[in-house]
Amino acid sequence: MTTTVYVPRDAAALSVGAESVARAIAAEAARRNVSIRLVRNGSRGLQWLEPLVEVTTPQGRVAYGPVGVGDVPSLFESGFLQGAPHALHLGLTEEIPYLKSQQRLTFARVGVIDPVDLDDYLAYDGYAGLRKALEMSPADIVQAVTDSGLRGRGGAAFPTGIKWKTVLDQPAKQKYIACNADEGDSGTFADRMLMEGDPFMLIEGMTIAGIAVGATRGFIYLRVEYPHAHRTLEEAIARAYERGYLGRDILGTGKSFDLEVRLGAGAYICGEETSMLESLEGRRGEVRVRPPLPAIKGLFGQPTVVNNVISLATVPIILHKGAEFYRDFGVGKSRGTIPLQVAGNIKRGGLYERAFGLTLRELLYDFGGGSASGRPIRAVQVGGPLGAYIPASQFDTPIDYEALASIGAMLGHGGVVAFDDTTDMARMARYAMEFCAIESCGKCTPCRIGSTRGVELLDRIMANVEREKNLQLLQELCDTMLHGSLCGLGGMTPYPVQSAIKHFPEDFMRTVQ
Amino acid sequence: MNTTPARPETLDAYTREQIDLALAQYQSQPGPLLQVLHAVQQRLRYIPDAAVPIIASALNLSRAEVHGVITFYHYFRRQPPGTHIVRICQAESCQAMRTDALTEHAKKRLGIGFHETTADGRFTLEPVYCLGNCACSPAIMIDDELHGRVTPEKFDALIEEKTRA
Repeated sequence: MTTTVYVPRDAAALSVGAESVARAIAAEAARRNVSIRLVRNGSRGLQWLEPLVEVTTPQGRVAYGPVGVGDVPSLFESGFLQGAPHALHLGLTEEIPYLKSQQRLTFARVGVIDPVDLDDYLAYDGYAGLRKALEMSPADIVQAVTDSGLRGRGGAAFPTGIKWKTVLDQPAKQKYIACNADEGDSGTFADRMLMEGDPFMLIEGMTIAGIAVGATRGFIYLRVEYPHAHRTLEEAIARAYERGYLGRDILGTGKSFDLEVRLGAGAYICGEETSMLESLEGRRGEVRVRPPLPAIKGLFGQPTVVNNVISLATVPIILHKGAEFYRDFGVGKSRGTIPLQVAGNIKRGGLYERAFGLTLRELLYDFGGGSASGRPIRAVQVGGPLGAYIPASQFDTPIDYEALASIGAMLGHGGVVAFDDTTDMARMARYAMEFCAIESCGKCTPCRIGSTRGVELLDRIMANVEREKNLQLLQELCDTMLHGSLCGLGGMTPYPVQSAIKHFPEDFMRTVQ
Repeated sequence: MNTTPARPETLDAYTREQIDLALAQYQSQPGPLLQVLHAVQQRLRYIPDAAVPIIASALNLSRAEVHGVITFYHYFRRQPPGTHIVRICQAESCQAMRTDALTEHAKKRLGIGFHETTADGRFTLEPVYCLGNCACSPAIMIDDELHGRVTPEKFDALIEEKTRA
């Protein structure tokens, strides 16, 4: 009997040796004359256990991890192909508490299927959403997305259905779907995992978006730092074309949708939607003044849906299972599930998808296991480099858009980065300004000049040069950036700076050695 | 900074051909400049200044526009890099896992700072702001290869491996 063995091809798994492990397993099987089927799946998102190897057994998939090349002979010796005990044996994958306690809707297939095998995708309800959409009117598709309560998962949390409605209502001949895959926030990797682990779901979501608003062409704007996702997407897109799921006359319905990947070039600002559109048009990624909104005048001047990877990839399940099914998850105005990404100084980092409403403490301690260093977690930064630093005293805040906003924080793209008590928060505040200076597009003055002045002020504060006066000046500068910047980069860089000063004032008052 | 405009005539035949091929591949696309620049850099590993007037003329843009795009994006380079490009993540998640110490170690081990190339032309060191491997911080990328949970020892082993190869 041939046993199926899964070794992830996800970049995070590869980064800790999954490729060598896959080769070693194939070689050892050949040496022992055992027949195996090796599948390169996406990652389950339990990153501390990567490389996580799974085998199929009559009871279900059994996991082993983290597997090193040196463990492979002993795995065979102890009978891992039958799911036998071993020092790295983790039991049934689905029963691992970290995974079992999740509610995976968007990530249901990630880590489960072969990401570039279209038949595997179809076997797991793939394209069920598109089939439903093809029987609906465009207005009904948009209504379903609106009713689901889905809000933009890129960070702005704008209702997706309303954005689509605006584009649908434009009379233009050519409209576009632009997928923002410029996932630049530190602490986030959900887009990458989705594109590497279930690319057809994104392709399906974009196709549905195209049919819904009358757009026949889509672009995925992918950051150049993601070469693995690039290869996986290109492979999946080619297969979707071959099988009639992309291109002219999709599944014989007369509808058309063309899709291509375009690479960014290492500019954080291109994650801002208007800057991304400029970049897609081949220009410097300088932000545009709004209005007009991209939904009215977007890519190449045409009405454009700009959505994040996770927003678009969630559309198929909404269409397949219905708006109510999705809306029934979550709390208040935060409906559905959110794939949280737990990173930084954390024992069990990874992807954790669940309905809104979990508290930070549950995420960090119950599932994350506390810090990797074993020291107390002093602060977390939620929502990327423009997100506020949250102190331990606020870890009981539920993770939803409104609750975080009420403490001056934001969920953003769902990244949670943990820092232990050795962290100097004044240095982190300085870094926020420095990052803004490096990545500013230069179009508006508060961001372009303010960020550099901010670094200088923080240097003086840390060196105890006219500290009180400079702290006052820094607050005024933050105010100017907050209110005077054209986009979120300059406009939100004050969040990490001011939250660090507010919650950790002692770090700005240190005696200079 | 080069003040005299680089002239296309200074390019050798091979380089010129690669630029023409990159243009031919993407010229007919809408808004093709970034794609052309990516293709040039993929073929030549950098974008020579003398390529600017060629690309500008082919795409009906000004030289300033092309130069402006090349210099806007961190990824494009105007000088050839070393055989291997080593990128070390400097973003928050990696900072929480002591990328500062790793970076110091890397600079010492290679004997260069950021944006510099070793004297033997083997390695170029660059900072990068997030590689999307934040649950396995600190992360580095060598060419297209991603590495996570990188300790100074692991870094040395990787450099050793690339030096031998």
